[in-house]
Amino acid sequence: MLINADVYGADSVIFDLEDAIPVTEKDAARILVRNALRAFSYREAEIAVRVNALSTPFGREDFEEIVPLAPSLIRLPKCETADDILRADELMREIEIRSGLEPGSVGIIPIVESAFGASNLRAIAEASPRVAALNFGAEDYTADLGAERTKEGRELDDVRARVVTAARIAGVQALDSVFADINDVEGLFEEALRVRRLGFDGKSVIHPRQVGVVHSAFTPSEREIDHAERVVRALEEAEAARSGVAVLNGRMIDAPVAAKARKILALSDAAGARREGGERR
Amino acid sequence: MSTVCGQAGTLESCDALVMVLLDTGTLGVSVALDGPSVSAFEEAMRNAVAETLSALKIVDASVTVSERGALDCTLRARVETAARRALAAREGIGERR
Repeated sequence: MLINADVYGADSVIFDLEDAIPVTEKDAARILVRNALRAFSYREAEIAVRVNALSTPFGREDFEEIVPLAPSLIRLPKCETADDILRADELMREIEIRSGLEPGSVGIIPIVESAFGASNLRAIAEASPRVAALNFGAEDYTADLGAERTKEGRELDDVRARVVTAARIAGVQALDSVFADINDVEGLFEEALRVRRLGFDGKSVIHPRQVGVVHSAFTPSEREIDHAERVVRALEEAEAARSGVAVLNGRMIDAPVAAKARKILALSDAAGARREGGERR
Repeated sequence: MSTVCGQAGTLESCDALVMVLLDTGTLGVSVALDGPSVSAFEEAMRNAVAETLSALKIVDASVTVSERGALDCTLRARVETAARRALAAREGIGERR
């Protein structure tokens, strides 16, 4: 797994030093991940490392060992305020300069997993230009709330909407929490589709077999691509005719409709769902 | 000085279980290797142990490696972790005195 972590089709691979590692093995995991980052280039996926929070006895050493290896992203758990990001930002800057890296080159994905953190989403997302995405952790969040975690996930509707809103204001991506039942492919697909419709840009997974399911949920359907292509074509035709208004099937295409269509096409291109020149596979 | 020990890793596939003893009373580094890859990679394994200990400025140690097909970077990580744990144990004894 260590040597070929990037071959399962995930856009980003996360090495975990936090909750998956028992307290007695924190040192071993940190050294092992550091050596793996030194030894392998992982060309097929973006690399992220989930470190321990700086408020724990392990956080600082995690940063000291991992940041010099220049992973694309540090995933910072248990973020509750903008200060949590600023403290990490400052430490990362020191380490980057010491290691000869461009300051700011390693990004941060804050993970919000408490009620207090959820009350500061926008401040957290806007705290530093390093913040590349907002992620929330559903298990810890529902535990903090005293809510039951259900398959339907209605207990998370509110926070999910707020994560997306804060991410859009800050101009960063919104990433959904993991779906823990690795055997429930249908449940995962439904949840991934639901969060895509809420505006999320992606979803964390915990097993290679979940990668394809999430990708398929985030890949626009043929119908969506069809419609988006017709919207964009109508816009181009109106522009060529120097007409101020584009119309499709008798309905005016306004700016939000055009923006949604372009997002659908960008998503389907990213997922390889269209051929060059706009045709579908 | 009493002997201190640090251990790291597992006997699972693609891993290695490493034990590092410090302050055994003998000089230099002795390494005992055991596992399915030793016959093919003994020299590389000995180098990995020696280089890792040398980076930690350890010159006297007794190291036991039971490998189960660990990659070079994994073996080095296990040796470093075991050695650091032994150093921390030695420091702990020093503090208690």
